[in-house]
Amino acid sequence: MATPQRQVLSESTMPPPASDVIDPVKTHAVCKLKATSLNFYYGSFQALHDISIDISSNKITAFIGPSGCGKSTFLRTMNRMNEALRNTRVEGDLRLDNEDLFSINVTDVRRRVGMVFQKSNPFPKTIFDNVAYGLRVNGIRKKSVIEGAVEKSLQRAALWSEVKDKLHKPASALSGGQQQRLCIARALAVEPEVLLLDEPCSALDPIATLKIEELLFQLKTLTTIVIVTHNMQQAARLADYTGFFLLGKLIEFDDTKKIFQNPSKKETEDYVTGRFG
Amino acid sequence: MMMEISARRRVTNAVMLSLSGICTLLVIGVLFFILGYLLWEGARSLNLDFFTKLPKPSGETGGGMANAIVGSGKVLLIATLIGVPIGFLAGVFLAEYSGKMFAFTLRYTVDLLNGVPSIVVGIVAYALVVRPMGHFSALAGGVALGIMMIPIAVRTTEEFLRSVPNSMREGAMALGATKAKTIFTVVVPAAISGLLSGMMLNLARVAGETAPLLFTALGNMFWSHGWLQPIATLPVMIYNYALAPDEDLHQQAWAAGFVLLALVLVINITARLIIARGAAGLRR
Repeated sequence: MATPQRQVLSESTMPPPASDVIDPVKTHAVCKLKATSLNFYYGSFQALHDISIDISSNKITAFIGPSGCGKSTFLRTMNRMNEALRNTRVEGDLRLDNEDLFSINVTDVRRRVGMVFQKSNPFPKTIFDNVAYGLRVNGIRKKSVIEGAVEKSLQRAALWSEVKDKLHKPASALSGGQQQRLCIARALAVEPEVLLLDEPCSALDPIATLKIEELLFQLKTLTTIVIVTHNMQQAARLADYTGFFLLGKLIEFDDTKKIFQNPSKKETEDYVTGRFG
Repeated sequence: MMMEISARRRVTNAVMLSLSGICTLLVIGVLFFILGYLLWEGARSLNLDFFTKLPKPSGETGGGMANAIVGSGKVLLIATLIGVPIGFLAGVFLAEYSGKMFAFTLRYTVDLLNGVPSIVVGIVAYALVVRPMGHFSALAGGVALGIMMIPIAVRTTEEFLRSVPNSMREGAMALGATKAKTIFTVVVPAAISGLLSGMMLNLARVAGETAPLLFTALGNMFWSHGWLQPIATLPVMIYNYALAPDEDLHQQAWAAGFVLLALVLVINITARLIIARGAAGLRR
């Protein structure tokens, strides 16, 4: 069960490796999630067409594209959240560490592939209980373990110093940016191997956005990050790789630099230069 | 011509306004008359004996309704234990699990059940409990009121659970919680103040029911021990005493009506306070 990523995650006291050590271009990245010919349907509407993609371990992968292009749908397929919706169907192959994602128990998938949503969704509980929730539903009862994990997760989410004196206050007392970082901390508490973020900054001001971006940049040493964003500058700033979606198809997927500076497809160029539509 | 139309409009407007105004006053007037009369007659007839003494045999004056107050409490407790869990769990199913068609059918059925006259519910409890047991009992009365609580319990639960944003459910499921865990550790706690107050209002609604108790709980002039004996309740006491020829008993009926009203009012206000506090908690 202990994959390399999870080992890194538990050695939290280690300083993060210098960024040149894991340079995305030079090193041969390990494939964490692999989709092959993935189709997805809402009823009779096909939302994803033949998506094939390798998502590299310990990298930030960004998906951009206009609204309704399927990028969020694809994100939600990767932790099987779409299964909660009625009348949906998925075809094709999706592998996590080369293991068929659809043969893994769905609650295990969601523990291993965490998710942060567009609108922060803290539970109506205290800050502490929000972060502890994932541990508790996964059967961890020991108080000392939970307390340690809560502190560690809040520190990783760069929220600890702001909330350490009010852990037992309701989470709704936090600001919007703090709430979103709380949701990230909550997702990190179960030590996911992959963290999916669905437009996590779309409701935040620039300062809160910057904080989250810095945070994600540091987190990629611990986990694989996939982020959906409408903000192209954000993708350019953050991501190692960027994929462009249009009308349910993955048009182009490459190094972020290449996508923004020298895309090979006309549609990508139109979109990143703002000529789209 | 223009002048004529606008004059006619002005008159119509004035007539309609005064008509609806008068009707509103009438409604408020009737309501305050009932409340005031009950307060006046009830409070006047109320004394300490009412809460502490048993009813006196007919012909004697004085006495109280201590047994009926406790009896109402016991019958309502049974009703809550029956109506709330059944209604709550069915409501959870309706809001969280059932498909559209089945939900529609279930909701329609529940609304029909809500419209069943209380006397009919009483007959059902009579057939289900009183006949097999061979005698009237607190249990039978509780079953009757419990059945009456189910529809509102179902719909209240459904409504308050549906008002919990879906993002909460997704957040919990994204952390590896199963559907049942999500419902009972996130969705229900998020709706708890609404659920609690809804159940209290439901209880207040059946607290005054008389017809289904007449031939289930029956009544009792003495203390009723345990749950399987006929038991006195406030509404049935009011009914019996109001029909009696004795002026003293009429006064006691007024007092009982006053106590019942106060009880319902207290439950109502508590429920509203819980709602208000829950709303404030969400805003914080």
